[in-house]
Amino acid sequence: MVDVRITTAMLYLSGVTVAFDGFRAINNLSLAIEPGEMRAIIGPNGAGKTTMMDIVTGKTRPDDGDVYFDGVHDLTKLDETEIAELGIGRKFQKPTVFDFHTVEDNLHLALKNDRRALATLRWFESVEELRRIDKLLDTIRLKPVRDRLAGSLSHGQKQWLEIGMLLAQQPKLLLVDEPVAGMTDSETQQTAELLKQINQDRTVVVVEHDMTFVRELGVKVTVLHEGSVLAEGTIDQVSTDERVIEVYLGR
Amino acid sequence: MHKIFDSAVALVFVIGLMIVAAAPLRAGPYEDSLARFLADSYSDTDAAIGGVAASGHVMAEEVIRALQDRRLMMSPGSKTIVIKGASGALRNAATGQPLAAPPADLTDVRINNRVRRAIDAALGSLTLLSPDARRRFEAAQAVFKSRDESALPALDTAIAKEISQGVRRALSQARAAVILMQSDAKEADKLAAVAIVRDRGDQDALAVLGGLPAETAAPVRKAAADAVGSIQNNLALWSGVQNAWYGLSLGSVLMLAAIGLAITFGVMGVINMAHGEMVMLGAYTTFVVQEIIRTSYPGLFDWSLAVAIPLAFLVAGIVGIGIERGIIRFLYGRPLETLLATWGLSLVLQQAVRTTFGPTNREVGSPSWMSGAFEVGQITITYNRLWIIVFTLLVFVALLALLRFTRLGLEMRAVTQNRAMAASMGIRTARIDALTFGLGSGIAGIAGVALSQIDNVSPNLGQGYIIDSFMVVVFGGVGNLWGTLVGAFTLGIANKFLEPYAGAVLAKIAILVLIILFIQKRPRGMFALRGRAVEA
Amino acid sequence: MRIGPFPLTRILDRGAWVFLALLAAFSVLVPLANLLVPPTSPFHVSTYAVALFGKYLCYALLALSIDLIWGYAGILSLGHGAFFALGGYAMGMYLMRQIGTRGVYADPVRPDFMVFLNWPELPWYWYGFDMFWFAALMVLLVPGLLAFVFGWFAFRSRVTGVYLSIITQALTYALMLGFFRNNFGFGGNNGLTDFKDILGFNVQADGTRAALFFSSCVALALGFFICRALVTSKYGKVLIAVRDAEARTRFLGYRVESYKLFAFTLSACMAGVAGALYVPQVGIINPSEFAPANSIEAVIWVAVGGRGTLTGAVLGAVLVNYGKTFFTTGLLAPYWLFVLGGLFIGVTLLLPRGIIGTLQHWWDERRSAKPEPSEAPQTGAAPLTNPHPAE
Repeated sequence: MVDVRITTAMLYLSGVTVAFDGFRAINNLSLAIEPGEMRAIIGPNGAGKTTMMDIVTGKTRPDDGDVYFDGVHDLTKLDETEIAELGIGRKFQKPTVFDFHTVEDNLHLALKNDRRALATLRWFESVEELRRIDKLLDTIRLKPVRDRLAGSLSHGQKQWLEIGMLLAQQPKLLLVDEPVAGMTDSETQQTAELLKQINQDRTVVVVEHDMTFVRELGVKVTVLHEGSVLAEGTIDQVSTDERVIEVYLGR
Repeated sequence: MHKIFDSAVALVFVIGLMIVAAAPLRAGPYEDSLARFLADSYSDTDAAIGGVAASGHVMAEEVIRALQDRRLMMSPGSKTIVIKGASGALRNAATGQPLAAPPADLTDVRINNRVRRAIDAALGSLTLLSPDARRRFEAAQAVFKSRDESALPALDTAIAKEISQGVRRALSQARAAVILMQSDAKEADKLAAVAIVRDRGDQDALAVLGGLPAETAAPVRKAAADAVGSIQNNLALWSGVQNAWYGLSLGSVLMLAAIGLAITFGVMGVINMAHGEMVMLGAYTTFVVQEIIRTSYPGLFDWSLAVAIPLAFLVAGIVGIGIERGIIRFLYGRPLETLLATWGLSLVLQQAVRTTFGPTNREVGSPSWMSGAFEVGQITITYNRLWIIVFTLLVFVALLALLRFTRLGLEMRAVTQNRAMAASMGIRTARIDALTFGLGSGIAGIAGVALSQIDNVSPNLGQGYIIDSFMVVVFGGVGNLWGTLVGAFTLGIANKFLEPYAGAVLAKIAILVLIILFIQKRPRGMFALRGRAVEA
Repeated sequence: MRIGPFPLTRILDRGAWVFLALLAAFSVLVPLANLLVPPTSPFHVSTYAVALFGKYLCYALLALSIDLIWGYAGILSLGHGAFFALGGYAMGMYLMRQIGTRGVYADPVRPDFMVFLNWPELPWYWYGFDMFWFAALMVLLVPGLLAFVFGWFAFRSRVTGVYLSIITQALTYALMLGFFRNNFGFGGNNGLTDFKDILGFNVQADGTRAALFFSSCVALALGFFICRALVTSKYGKVLIAVRDAEARTRFLGYRVESYKLFAFTLSACMAGVAGALYVPQVGIINPSEFAPANSIEAVIWVAVGGRGTLTGAVLGAVLVNYGKTFFTTGLLAPYWLFVLGGLFIGVTLLLPRGIIGTLQHWWDERRSAKPEPSEAPQTGAAPLTNPHPAE
């Protein structure tokens, strides 16, 4: 592949459109996330936030438009597995961990490693991997429950486990969908701290409803509405934007 | 009678075929021919048979049949020919009157192989003159296929007499076929014959035109070749029409079997492997209804299906509601478990029916308005198949209307689209689930009434349809009744168009393989929903 | 469970050892009790019983193969009977070729049914089946290849859940229709039967039957070992991850279709071996083995014993088939389908974990009730404790 960078952005969407049965979930959406940036994406229900994530991670193919990762990879031509291998990690809106694996095994499965079937047949745990897992468990504060089945964790613990799995993947770009839904205030605060810490060496895109949390993050905000960008700027800028107020509060 | 005889004789002379040429013309051809039996020589007997047959006399067939059965006797003394009846009673062959006293010198008319051949030929041509139009028609068809030259005089006689257009056409075609086989017929006659055979336009016509004798003149040959070409085109067209008809018929059967499934699987997402057994219960309901009518109210037999339809709907529907309440509601969200449990249920239902009604096929009759057939061009359309297509479409329209225009339909659609929302609007979702499942099962029961008319009613009836039904629903696209309709008829027609090339079993296999490949391409069927709703 | 550096201890936990020991004892004692103990002794095992137990073992191997893909990868195949039957036919073809001139028509090459149908020569796909090694290869290759091609299409297109179940059912149904045809070249609806020799030994002889029984035990033990090795490895963990959250596994970067395809193909090969051992012991293979009902019945064995527990699959196969033999050979025969049908319903509604799964769950509950949460070694095969698995 000729390594010609289309853009300097880590994630670049241009003119992306996708329609379900005539309804345009994403309508001519353009967005650029720079390397090392953390971006919060907000928007009312049905604004296309989750669909945007689906497009970036290969779950949904756009009808039109370009999606580039790291300036060279055309994501519209790749499937979920290939995109994940490139270094895009995703945390779902509803925490999805493997309920019938222990916390530790969940992290093992996420750990950056050879993903081919034959490699997993031969695999056994190395000391290095054990150390990485221990470190991750410390980061997400789940060390005491490392041998519990993930299904038995509390909602907040599951959210954290999923973030831990994201970290284990060592992705370049993290897509985090509503990470603090259902969390207590202190947990929310801790999560904000954790995301900032992660952002020190990775690019992060956070989709969130919780304005306090977004304010806590203190990063650039993009407001989506009806599948395209309505406003962009700091949280204070967008929260005083009249169109944003109209969309959120109604006429 | 004279006139017919004269024209027959004239024709016989023209074509140089000698059967009754020497017959004296005094007392009438029949009596004269009859007299030749008295000569007691095989050649006279032979001539007598031809004469009798060509006479068209009412007694002619009886006389020759009697001869065939060695029941024809003669009395040289009284110059009488006598027929011995099966019971031994004697009658005068000339008059048909019973004989008061048997003549003393009564002996059998002797026959040998040559005579037997003459008898067969004569009987063949005699049926051409039968008073029964259907027998005349069949005889004409037989001659068309055998192309037996000896039938020609009888054919000519018959054509002159014939009053029915259809039979006359068949007779002319038979005559044309015979002429084409003759080495000494005029070219013009042969060309005319080719045209007649060509108009017939079926496989038998192709056989005649393809099997012309070697010495046939070139112009006739060419005309025949042209005719073969045009017949083949015509036949291809009709065979297409025929396949389409069979396909429609099969499609309607598939549709009937699948339409209930389109509700339970397509709309509710419940895999009911006992769906086929609901069809079977409907068929057995029909059987029971007919048994009761047969024994108690025989006059109402033509109404038996009208009685069976609502009953089958109720029986299967109630069983369906029972299944939903008793098993399926505990398994929502676990489709694979539902599949296994309902399969188990299908085994239980089959065995229950087998224990109650016995393992063998039960006889379900057709009301008079469903039996019989009529012809359109080259194809035959049976009434029961036709009614089933009509019935299928009626059921489909009724179901669409029910889903679209009734309160129940509205609530069903609401529950299947957004259960939580529907519940919070005050819809009793559990009740709707049960009713929806009951509706799907009830429709399967109705399908059973229709299928009892064309399939064996046995405990295994349903099993034969379950895989096909699922294929139809999956192919058509889940959750879409129109998809089911298009899917059923597409599969039905595709199956019947493949059959001529591959045979019935291979066609079925080919269809299954095609569907498997199709699901690869479009895992959610032809009319699939797209978008996030699908993931739910 | 910690995945340690010592594979054997990982693969064979206490439960697995117990199972293998029982199987080993069984494999030796039954043939001995048949061959050495005089028929008058109460410890004698009749030749009929040896063949019957051998049949159960073949079913157990089939159940194991189904459990591997259903219990661990969440793929409910309703067509595994097809792979079983194909393996059986491959073996049957070898046995047919061994008949030689002892057939009714005494043709040295063509089996009787081909002579009867006036086939001038052996069809090409019968070549090589006179050699045991070739037939043995085909026993693995034919089901494996079919599963690979089918799975490649199906998994790549992400056909899952009931859709996959239904098309696997259609697959075996199509094969059944095909094998019923005479011109397919596999004996039509009579199938292949009247076998004489296997590897030069009379298939009817007690010694051969005992050897076949022993081979079935070995095959089952081997299949069990392979399955254990698979499900206790990281590969097995990925499979379970696929079963419980397929999309999530994909987003982690695993090529889900390769994982499924490998398990599905391996499982088909195991089913083929089971069929191959089954045929000489029952003496016939015919197209009814392809009947969709057979495949779905095998699934219920697994459900009864405990989906996602390998020993459960074996136990379920033996129990259900013993029940079938018990019912169908007596006055109770008309009630067998009621029992079987009831089993389908009862197990799914009342015992969704199956026998072994329920026992394991109960054991785990008791254990976790004790206040020693860390470092508690878990039981080997991950029990399917999920009452609502994502499918």
